[in-house]
Amino acid sequence: MEKNRTDVTRCKGCGYCVAECPKQAISFGDHMNAKGYLTIVVDQEKCIRCGSCYRVCPDYVFEIL
Amino acid sequence: MKLKAPERVTFNKSGFCPGCGHGVAGRLIAEVAEEMGLADKLITTVDVACGSLHLEDWHFDTVMAAHGRTLVTAIGLKKVRKDNPVLAYYGDGAGYAIGMAETIHAGLRNDNVIAIVVNNAIYGMTGGQMAPTTLPGQKTTSSPYGKDAARFGKPFRIEDAYSGFDIGYLARGALVGAANINRAKKMIRKAFEKHMNNQGLCYVELLSPCPTNWNLAPLKAKDFLLDEMTKHFPLGEFKGGDAK
Repeated sequence: MEKNRTDVTRCKGCGYCVAECPKQAISFGDHMNAKGYLTIVVDQEKCIRCGSCYRVCPDYVFEIL
Repeated sequence: MKLKAPERVTFNKSGFCPGCGHGVAGRLIAEVAEEMGLADKLITTVDVACGSLHLEDWHFDTVMAAHGRTLVTAIGLKKVRKDNPVLAYYGDGAGYAIGMAETIHAGLRNDNVIAIVVNNAIYGMTGGQMAPTTLPGQKTTSSPYGKDAARFGKPFRIEDAYSGFDIGYLARGALVGAANINRAKKMIRKAFEKHMNNQGLCYVELLSPCPTNWNLAPLKAKDFLLDEMTKHFPLGEFKGGDAK
């Protein structure tokens, strides 16, 4: 079930969400976006929809469903 | 809990560096404006600096002011658009260096505008030079051996400068960490509410990391902000808050 939809074309790889996630559901993947930033992946199983990633993200990557 | 960034800030990709706080500040303003139903009426003024990149990534009626004159441009707009909320968005370079006169006189007159000031302790867009807000000992492009506080002064604190003035609201938040960001959003909301009640100058300073010019990785910049910057720039409400 999709809980956290990400638009990784916006991601700049700052890693704030990776550090903020209380369940360690976010990690850096191996996908590089058009701007050349290493982007994040969300483990939908671990996500608890707390919205911490949404709050700290400066580039509006996350949408909590 | 469903969360989606407001369309007003997401129609375009932002041009800020990775880890910059401006993106969060823009989102908080858009969220508060939409929650209060003021998004169509809000008029913003931006400065000539990194903050002006918001011209391309937020959908509000926006005036780009001359450098450092963001706050007075907003005051002028408020005088002719009395029913619209008017917000001045600028940085510490504009507020406390080139626009120091405007900052002080706006406080003296207690003009009814919202000021959102993003403080990153350096001049960001020009390449990271020493600013009045630079911390003692902080290495910048123009102070490679660290800022000498005896020679250049201590970091400028707005709550000290405004201590004798009777302004509507004065608070300082930080744009790192979910808890701080939630608190910053409440401060911005309070500023909007007081502004709509014509209570005078509503001033919110937001501490932002600048990983590019601090020469730190974004997460290290976050730690620097929380460990070092908050020693000189305490967070909280100084005037007009409910606590005092």
